[in-house]
Amino acid sequence: MEIFLQQIINGLVQGSVYALVALGYTMVYGILGLINFAHGEVVMIGAMLALSSLTVLLGLSVPPLLALLFSIILAMAGCMALGYTIERIAYRPLRHAPRLAPLITAIGVSIVLQNLAMMIWGREYHSFPQLIVNATHSLGGAVINDIQIIIFILALLIMAGLMAVVHRTRLGRAMRAVAENQHAAQLMGVDINRVISLTFMLGSALAAIAGLMVSANYGLAHYYMGFVLGLKAFTAAVLGGIGNLRGAMLGGLLLGLIESLGAGYIGDITGGFFGSNYQDVFAFLVLIVVLVFRPSGLLGERLAERA
Amino acid sequence: MTDTLLEVCGLEISYGGIRAVKGIDLHIASGELVALIGSNGAGKTTTLKALAGLLHPARGKIQYANRSLINVVAHQRAAMGIALVPEGRGVFARMTVLENLLMGAYIRDDKSGIAIDLARMYELFPRLAERKDQLAGTLSGGEQQMVAMARALMGRPRLLMLDEPSMGLAPLMVQKIFEVIRDIAALGMSILLVEQNAKLALQVAQRGYVMESGEITLSGAATELLGSAAVQRAYLGA
Ligand SMILES: Nc1ncnc2c1ncn2[C@@H]1O[C@H](COP(=O)(O)OP(=O)(O)O)[C@@H](O)[C@H]1O
Ligand SMILES: [Mg+2]
Repeated sequence: MEIFLQQIINGLVQGSVYALVALGYTMVYGILGLINFAHGEVVMIGAMLALSSLTVLLGLSVPPLLALLFSIILAMAGCMALGYTIERIAYRPLRHAPRLAPLITAIGVSIVLQNLAMMIWGREYHSFPQLIVNATHSLGGAVINDIQIIIFILALLIMAGLMAVVHRTRLGRAMRAVAENQHAAQLMGVDINRVISLTFMLGSALAAIAGLMVSANYGLAHYYMGFVLGLKAFTAAVLGGIGNLRGAMLGGLLLGLIESLGAGYIGDITGGFFGSNYQDVFAFLVLIVVLVFRPSGLLGERLAERA
Repeated sequence: MTDTLLEVCGLEISYGGIRAVKGIDLHIASGELVALIGSNGAGKTTTLKALAGLLHPARGKIQYANRSLINVVAHQRAAMGIALVPEGRGVFARMTVLENLLMGAYIRDDKSGIAIDLARMYELFPRLAERKDQLAGTLSGGEQQMVAMARALMGRPRLLMLDEPSMGLAPLMVQKIFEVIRDIAALGMSILLVEQNAKLALQVAQRGYVMESGEITLSGAATELLGSAAVQRAYLGA
């Protein structure tokens, strides 16, 4: 029972990070019908930028919380600029090309960013500095620490904020209009290029925060961290129904739970043959099962016409 | 002669290699209601799309309010007061009626003016007031046409272009839509009305153009066209 509760806690925390990243995939897909496979790399760059900035600032004896705040802002700004640039140079010229072309470009961008990160930050793991005491609390036999609590609550707040932007603001309406009918949106006076750029920037800002959360949670960052994380968040977006914002959030949390419970019990299920190091398998099993049995995802309605 | 709002000269539009509009001239004066009629495939929709900036003409001049529109993209034309109610309505199906109307006011930032115009639209189309929180995709065809028209009017256009507003609607609904067209024309808005229902269109319009396979074959006062033997034979089933 303690294992169960512990895995639920871990799953929800990890899942809330997946959800933030999945939102980036789903927003871009909703508007352009494009899977931005470079998005995972944006998460990684966000983590790396934040980490470098923290290291420098702490070295200058800036107070930890101030350093953190500045680093978050810097990582967000950096990732927004990166997201804008990726759309501008890698996707926009291919807006009317066959579907396969931007997909290949996306993979290319992803490889370029990984290599760039490797050149800048090297191949080694960077440890995340300790900023707060990170006390551990017990909860019905399981434990949860301060960082996990902060990650979960912050992620929920950000998701609520995003929903408010999309559903209650002029920009959000314009985003939904462009997603639904680009011609009609233009007739209303919407500059669709601007809305598309802003969508990439918004998704990248979420990615920066997610990157910081992951590296704070595991205490590590690495130039390769965006790859698997990106694939998992993409899985989460597909699970929830790609193109659907609520689906991305639901898919993220569910995937976190499935993975965590799977890792907790895989030893028991397989008689000790597989250990919890096989937890990544679950995400991809989920992806395959969803694609085979329900390609439109849990909350998705339309996928076929824009795959 | 009143001043000209829109003047089109030698407009040519192609899809790939196929010329759909083959060098047409037309003009609309301020406050005028002009009908563009012609059978299916004549090039009417193509013409309106080019005027709205959704298609790029191969050749020709478009002059609006004494400005050339050649390098002006669609969203800028909307901001200049050119509105198109597209064929098939093009409502945002997954948005509510109210959100659709607010999208129509996207180019405006006068909050109080927008509120006044919203109330006016609900007065013009009481049905929309009842359904303002309903998703536009769940409405009937006639109601969606009302949404599309109200949405265009929310932008306070100077030139309103309507592409087959009567298409697929029940007779009672057609009547209602044409009443509204007459009303807004009476308020002095310039309107370019595309219709396959030539009789209806020419009854409300002051002038008309007849289009056939990408060319304008006839033009003149609406009453003249209504009386012309050629128009009667081809479009009025006489
Ligand atoms: N997207 C398109 N691609 C190729 N040809 C088109 C396209 N849209 C229209 N056409 C052709 O252009 C001609 C004019 O069409 P259209 O402007 O829709 O006519 P109308 O609105 O008068 O019925 C037709 O021959 C039609 O087949
Ligand atoms: Mg047409």
